[in-house]
Amino acid sequence: MIGVAARRSLSAIPVLLIVSLISFGLMRLIPGDPAAAIAGVAATPAQIEQLRRDLGLDQPFHMQLLEYYGGLARGDLGRSLLLGKGVFAATMERLPVTIGLSLYALVFTLLIGIASGIVAALRQNSIIDQAAMMFAMIGISVPNFFLGLLMIILFAVHLGWLPSGGYVPFSQDPAGWLASTTMPAFSLALLQAGLLARITRSSMLEVLRQDYIRTARAKGLPQRQVILKHALANALIPIVTVVGIIVSLLLSGAVVTEALFSLPGMGQLLTQAVLSRDYPMVQGGLLLVTTFLVLVNITVDVLYALLDPRVRYE
Amino acid sequence: MNLLEVRGLTTAFMTGRGEVNAIEEVSFSLKEGEILGIVGESGSGKSVTALTIMGLLPQPPARVAAGEVVFNSQRLTGLSDRQMQAIRGPGISMIFQEPMTSLNPVFSIGDQIMETIAAHERLSQSDLRKRAIGMLDKVGIPSAARRLDDYPHQMSGGQRQRVMIAMALACQPKLLIADEPTTALDVTIQAQILDLLMDLRDEFGMAIMIITHNMGVIAETADRVLVMYAGRVIEEAPVASVFDRPLHPYTRGLLECVPSLIEDRPRLVAIPGTLPEPARRPPGCRFGPRCRHAQPACSEAIPTLEALEPAHTAACFRARELALP
Repeated sequence: MIGVAARRSLSAIPVLLIVSLISFGLMRLIPGDPAAAIAGVAATPAQIEQLRRDLGLDQPFHMQLLEYYGGLARGDLGRSLLLGKGVFAATMERLPVTIGLSLYALVFTLLIGIASGIVAALRQNSIIDQAAMMFAMIGISVPNFFLGLLMIILFAVHLGWLPSGGYVPFSQDPAGWLASTTMPAFSLALLQAGLLARITRSSMLEVLRQDYIRTARAKGLPQRQVILKHALANALIPIVTVVGIIVSLLLSGAVVTEALFSLPGMGQLLTQAVLSRDYPMVQGGLLLVTTFLVLVNITVDVLYALLDPRVRYE
Repeated sequence: MNLLEVRGLTTAFMTGRGEVNAIEEVSFSLKEGEILGIVGESGSGKSVTALTIMGLLPQPPARVAAGEVVFNSQRLTGLSDRQMQAIRGPGISMIFQEPMTSLNPVFSIGDQIMETIAAHERLSQSDLRKRAIGMLDKVGIPSAARRLDDYPHQMSGGQRQRVMIAMALACQPKLLIADEPTTALDVTIQAQILDLLMDLRDEFGMAIMIITHNMGVIAETADRVLVMYAGRVIEEAPVASVFDRPLHPYTRGLLECVPSLIEDRPRLVAIPGTLPEPARRPPGCRFGPRCRHAQPACSEAIPTLEALEPAHTAACFRARELALP
């Protein structure tokens, strides 16, 4: 188990290096001058030139890159040009909003996706199965911003049950946090839940055909134990792999959802940073989000080993 | 009194072309401690018979269309799945052809044996463990206590079949159904597993229904034989009678397919043709189109089992005249 985690952590280092290089390179490829953006429209060319020198942007590409990696080696992600504070501090203000929203959406995804997938598989080709798969299809087809809009119109405007936007930190008021994130999380979750329901269904159907399920029934085990222990433990193996991908899709989907529900998360922060050419903020923010995703994937691999002894003993 | 009575059992499957009988009017009985061999080609209905007795066929598409199964004076056909759960394990248990895939890969073998016992008896965790170790010991797994926490993928095919047997006998069933228990194993292992089954029968005293397409397995183990063809029983007799004087041309054909070192036969005799699909069975005697003794009358009615000798029945119109030397 620890071996699996250690091996996967080591292989994460090149991933993070490549991501940092790509984000660094891309920011310098897109047109736009950060010095001009920060100095504002009223600045004289001399002032802009001065600012560019101060920020080190007059240096050649490879010198800037060396500077950046030097900072990373010291654990310094740099300062945001726009916000005037450290990139790490700025990210830590916003990242919990996004991760909280994504994890809440993940809970919805798992509950809806796995439960409806199992029920559909057990009642294959019945009306329940067809209804579940139709809802899954709707979930997959409806864009989450559109679903979010519909939910705002119904629950915020007409019924007035939930706020249409804004954010309350969990540490301040858990009930307020739930009220402010339930609609975004649900609209974010539905697409992934549809995907997961379909995968759970096919994985369960595959497992239910296996010889060991017949063995479990031949031993006189109750139906509940056959399904929830023998079938699910095997069906979860492919499902866990998909859940790792779903977490990354939820994180990227959160960008749009945050904009719709005006939540102050990473999406908002990074969009602003890109638009105003805030190089250090984009580079550092992306690196931190990637680090989180890498951690999620390591967790998935450890879960994989927990679920499947054949992986554990390799 | 008989431990198991199967009377006129017909199991039908719903298919795209309507309902088809997988087995028809199957009748036989089994005494306590007796070993009954059921022999026939793949698709002859041996496994469907076993799975119908166990109530393990998915319903639908399967359905017991006629007949009944009575086990230990209790009528099994018509019981709910929940009621059948109490029979499976302590009443009747089953081992299968594929030991490689019949054990759940993600649970230890100890867990899988212990949960079987726990489903039927209230025992403490340490007693469950002791029983499981005892069973592994009995089926000849060396250092059983240590291997309890092993996973199926750490064992060979023969060992896995031993584990399956330990699991099946953990609740001391009165009847063990062994569906092709040695087909997937190496020849040397096959003999070991058959010996083990015979030893365990002597120790536990359960009856065994052994399903196979291998006449050698029958000769080695069974007291009595049931020959099936295209969903019907076509011959039933004590094992010695079948090998000495097979009455049905199909049984005779099966025996001629077995290679022999003693008799000097130029080449093996194969039965011409193939087993008909359940939906395309011929009228009259099912074996008619492949039978070298067939006459026009054979395709007009289905022959029924008739006792030609004491305890020896066959379903063939010409059995009596063909049996004459």
